[in-house]
Amino acid sequence: MNRISLPMAPRGTTPETGRTFSPDPDNAPEEDLREAIAQLGREGEWIVQPVPEPYYEARTKYGRIKKIPFEKTWHHKSCGQCGHIPGYSTSIFWLNRFLGYDYFDPRDQTSCTAWNYYASATSNQVAQAAVAMRNFSAAYETGYYPLIHCGTSFGHYKEVRHELVHNHDLRRKVRDVITKLGRPFVMPEELVHYSEWMYAIRDQLKSRVVVDLSDITATVHPACHYYKLQSGDAIYDPEIYGGQRTAAVTAVVQDLGAHVADYSTWYDCCGFGFRHILVQRDFTRSFATMRKIEVMKEEANPDVVLTHDTGCVTSLDKSQFATQAHGRNVGVPVMSESQFAALAVGAHPFRVAQLHWHSTDYRPLLAKMGIDVEGAWAEFQEDLSKIEKGAMDYLTWDAVL
Amino acid sequence: MLSNLYPEVPLEEKQRLFDQVKADARFEDYLYGCYECGICVAACPSARFYDFSPRKIAQTLAREDIEMFYEQMNDDIWNCSQCFSCVRCPRHNNPGGLITIMREVAVTNGLRSTKEALAGYTRIIYKIMTTGTQVSPDMLQEDAFPDWGPQVKEVASHLDLWRRALPPETLHTTGLSWQVEERTMLELYTIWKLTGVLDMISELDEGLHDIMEEVMDDALEDQGFTIA
Repeated sequence: MNRISLPMAPRGTTPETGRTFSPDPDNAPEEDLREAIAQLGREGEWIVQPVPEPYYEARTKYGRIKKIPFEKTWHHKSCGQCGHIPGYSTSIFWLNRFLGYDYFDPRDQTSCTAWNYYASATSNQVAQAAVAMRNFSAAYETGYYPLIHCGTSFGHYKEVRHELVHNHDLRRKVRDVITKLGRPFVMPEELVHYSEWMYAIRDQLKSRVVVDLSDITATVHPACHYYKLQSGDAIYDPEIYGGQRTAAVTAVVQDLGAHVADYSTWYDCCGFGFRHILVQRDFTRSFATMRKIEVMKEEANPDVVLTHDTGCVTSLDKSQFATQAHGRNVGVPVMSESQFAALAVGAHPFRVAQLHWHSTDYRPLLAKMGIDVEGAWAEFQEDLSKIEKGAMDYLTWDAVL
Repeated sequence: MLSNLYPEVPLEEKQRLFDQVKADARFEDYLYGCYECGICVAACPSARFYDFSPRKIAQTLAREDIEMFYEQMNDDIWNCSQCFSCVRCPRHNNPGGLITIMREVAVTNGLRSTKEALAGYTRIIYKIMTTGTQVSPDMLQEDAFPDWGPQVKEVASHLDLWRRALPPETLHTTGLSWQVEERTMLELYTIWKLTGVLDMISELDEGLHDIMEEVMDDALEDQGFTIA
């Protein structure tokens, strides 16, 4: 149960080796796909939707600059987040409102359908690309820029983008489909994940923190589909893990004032498995708890596990209940860094973070953060009572800001 | 060692499936050879819990070992977690991507082992293809997720009320993850039909295909949505 104490840089942890990866964008081992995207735009193959200003310039794995829009974002929601852990998306929206940013929450959006594709393969390359391009087209027509909530959507769309750039035949087939739908054929200048937006706004959040997190230890699970698929296009920062792991989540959590502790199985996936989480959960439960939660508990003893993808929150949180029956060393709340950040700057744990949708007991964490759990729950119960009695139809944004 | 698990299946049939995998446009991007270093296996979650090896997948395809390929199509591919931890490969192989292609071919050809692997999954296919969202709040039922603990029952018993207590207006739903416009769904149906995905389902589950085709055709017809 010993916490691993890592040497702390001013804004980050560094691996014990102390090695820092100094990227050289001019000698990156992978092409910069965005140049090809722009060229295809100039050739009339598609419309390239520019990142709206103002934007943040973040560094990716090989040191290239990636533009992260602050606002005018079109929120490509996640089916798993919205369906089963809705405090995840609610917190992202709430943070936008909290910072006064203009955003758009569309109804003209489908899931990326990649969860299904990676689970059952009941689709094909053309269909998957057409679903992506239909959503990009829908965003473009609103004048807002896609911000992708789900790690799998983000990773899959990057794969689709890579295929569309390199495969003219595929591009032609997909364009035919989109044209038949009466929509423009649009590729965004950048594909942006919400956790990159969180990275971009971390300084603004830091100055607004109202909860003392100095006694909170978090472990971070980096989501596989965020940084393993098309790996060059993920945020890295020399000050975070010496630039050797993605800086997403960790940079934000540290800036909020919490301690991020390391653990040895950080590269392992969460055990989601796509098909497994739905119909073969013995695998998911085993992997999520034995390779992730137990290792975190043993090596870092965190107060909370933070991650940035739908499936990871689900697997790591929901798997812990059944595992307790086997006397395993589990019992750590799991949430997204968007929920954690919202709490840190004063969001309500139930009206906004909606933690009652999560399984593992989060109350000790909230208490340690100095949040009045019982009082907050009583307030939320009053909201529910008002809705039940017809005094209000829904809980509105006005009531939570 | 040569695989002899499926001697009743003619070699020509196994070769036909292999040729379909190899013909996929992504195949050449996903396979460059194999050092046999095992890094992919060390990183693979499924390798820790199943008799499964991403290294063997890459090797088998590189060697064009048709018998082993057919064995893997039936006994291995559905164990993969599709996390893509295996892309750590120093040769830039993508065993997870190769498995995606193999799975697609297995579905398209209606392999019995694939039907068995996806037997409990078809309701999800129905949900995603007909609503545009993969999982919905009303799927959180005690009998579907007994291992997730009493909190699932709590959600199910307050579902409508708790959904109304979500500030984002698009989330006031129980049968879908968020409110999806009708036109958006019709466009999705059109994509499934134009790209052959709906036809693909008939090889997996004819009943499911017929139900979905009826749902989609009726909706498209009602709204005067025509597919050129």
